[in-house]
Amino acid sequence: MKSLKAQLHTLADPEEELAVLEERHPGGADNNFKNHLDRIGLFPLLPTQLEIFQINMGKMCNQVCKHCHVDAGPDRKEIMTRETMQLCLDVIKKEPFLNCVDLTGGAPEMNPDFRWFVDSIRLIRPDIKIIVRCNLTIILANPKFNDLPDFFKKNSVEVVSSLPYFSAMKTDAQRGDGVFEKSIKALKLLNQVGYGMEGSGLVLNLVYNPSGAFLPGSQSELEGEFRKKLRDRFEVEFNSLFTITNIPISRFLEYLLRSENFENYMEKLLSSFNPVAATGVMCRNTISIGWDGYLYDCDFNQMLDLKVNTTHSTHLSNWDSSALADRSIVINNHCFGCTAGAGSSCGGATS
Amino acid sequence: MKTYYNPEDLKKFGSIGDLQKSMADKFFAYYAEVFKEGALSAREKSLIALAVAHALQCPYCIDAYTTDTLEKGCDEEQMMEAVHVAAAIRGGASLVHSTQMMNKIKEISM
Repeated sequence: MKSLKAQLHTLADPEEELAVLEERHPGGADNNFKNHLDRIGLFPLLPTQLEIFQINMGKMCNQVCKHCHVDAGPDRKEIMTRETMQLCLDVIKKEPFLNCVDLTGGAPEMNPDFRWFVDSIRLIRPDIKIIVRCNLTIILANPKFNDLPDFFKKNSVEVVSSLPYFSAMKTDAQRGDGVFEKSIKALKLLNQVGYGMEGSGLVLNLVYNPSGAFLPGSQSELEGEFRKKLRDRFEVEFNSLFTITNIPISRFLEYLLRSENFENYMEKLLSSFNPVAATGVMCRNTISIGWDGYLYDCDFNQMLDLKVNTTHSTHLSNWDSSALADRSIVINNHCFGCTAGAGSSCGGATS
Repeated sequence: MKTYYNPEDLKKFGSIGDLQKSMADKFFAYYAEVFKEGALSAREKSLIALAVAHALQCPYCIDAYTTDTLEKGCDEEQMMEAVHVAAAIRGGASLVHSTQMMNKIKEISM
């Protein structure tokens, strides 16, 4: 399977995606995200204290998942340079209120400067939380990645990994043939060095996102079910399960349109709008950094090329924390994905 | 009315209260109470509802509880097994009545 970009698909163009989100939105403009926030007194959406620095190290990936909001894959070559990483390090060093660096992609480990970058973050901020969003199969994709669990352990990295289900059929349907088996092997390798094991202090969290046009159920119930099944069937341990709602952009948007589920899915997101989840959206304490150093309110806005709403601090090279604190967050109808039901963020449910 | 069943009608379920509010309110309150996590998990209740939906052959309920069981983390195999439970009970209900038939055969046969 090729990326939408390699297919020259119209939905590889953010303007096209935004046009669909506006023109086909159920109920039209009166029912849009801005109006929903307005009704609960949350518009304009303002940031709280910046805490999380989420860095997208590039769109290159060894997998081509059907729901990927990044449109990542082996045919994507856009990855962060060492120079841009240095700009990230400069910010991480000078902004003491940042307490978490969240590395994502693509497969961030495929960036040739990944290990240098993680080592450097740990060197300048010994106590900061470093998260790597690891797709698991990368650990087995090439012998040079086999020691990633040890590397993560050495740097006290928190590992967050997607596993849409505890069986092969549903996992492979979303993430590709053979992904489930490799994911289980990789989880066992992580368990072997202590990840997810009680008392080790090494955190291994899993991400569940629905494999279709429906919302995730209760995070705590799903976590219990995953823990039991993964333990009984595969002797795999993990710490927490995060439920994440699929956001209607990129490949998931393409799927919704192709399967004629778009309107129903959006209606479901709208009817599940939760003001408490809206208050706790992750863009309020996060800045998302693109592979080329531009700044966004979240990874989804990044993929829609919706840069932060500031006059002069839109790139790492012009970082101005006061200007960023004074910005209003850029919203659109895809944001309904983060406010539905129990809410959704890169750390799971928000309410 | 061009069709007896329209998926859009499922969204109007709540409007049954337009014609009789107090009974509808009581019904929906009861419904919400039934499906809460209790001695059975919400997931188990959803699978039971899916099975009953098939036994009753209610297209609205099948639509609703297929989505609901998927949301609650059930997989296709579990869902189909639930439908087989419904089918087994329905089939068994027919077959167990054959004991009446056999009784009658005995009664009136030489």
